[in-house]
Amino acid sequence: MTPIEMAGKLGFKVVHEGEGASREIAGIYCCDLLSIVMGRAKADDCWITVMANVNTVAVAVLADVACVVLSEGMSLDDTALEKARAQNVCVLKTDRPTFETALAVQKQMEQS
Amino acid sequence: MENVLKLRYEVDGDDFTRAGEASAAVKKTLKQMGVPPEAVRKVAIALYEGEINMVIHAQGGVITVEVTPQEIRMELADRGKGIENIELAMQEGYSTAPDEVRSLGFGAGMGLPNMKKCSDEMDIQSTVGVGTIVRMTVQIH
Repeated sequence: MTPIEMAGKLGFKVVHEGEGASREIAGIYCCDLLSIVMGRAKADDCWITVMANVNTVAVAVLADVACVVLSEGMSLDDTALEKARAQNVCVLKTDRPTFETALAVQKQMEQS
Repeated sequence: MENVLKLRYEVDGDDFTRAGEASAAVKKTLKQMGVPPEAVRKVAIALYEGEINMVIHAQGGVITVEVTPQEIRMELADRGKGIENIELAMQEGYSTAPDEVRSLGFGAGMGLPNMKKCSDEMDIQSTVGVGTIVRMTVQIH
């Protein structure tokens, strides 16, 4: 399942598509502390976080996650959105809390 | 003669929006060179943590990267305040980062431990009031 397919099925808003139509989600990772994310998120993970600043995008690139899902209705600021465009990072958002978001992604992964 | 590609980047201090530019550029170059993804990822994470440290603690610095067919050697040099106790700084969870840095998602005390975890060799030379040089090597398998 690609991030864009997932967004369509779960009603997540596509903030920036980036590589979202061409990558496959292999796992789920939830955390907001960026240094922990960098050390522990795996490549191709769907990373769910409330941290929505420019460093989130940088960490997404370096950890090579498939997409970032901003939970709890968090929004990227303009600098971060610009960086997501420049780095081709797929960013999605939802109003759901982090746990519910992860659970929904997990269920969708099991079905696809 | 050893075949070496050298890259050099200057890191601005106090600019979180630009932190990560050097590591992203190195990552792209290594990918294009066909370096295995796991080695690329380790180098990118180690360098980004280093860049963030330079921005938080040292008003920037200079990163040099040497790529050989066998390994990637990185040197991060700054003229910041130096590290008083390297052993303590290497402990997971120990941090001297200010609150505004924590609110950005950093300052968890994972920077240096992550750098060590991602590199095959790591050496820190630091003098209080003079600066810090971190050298890391990642082997290409």
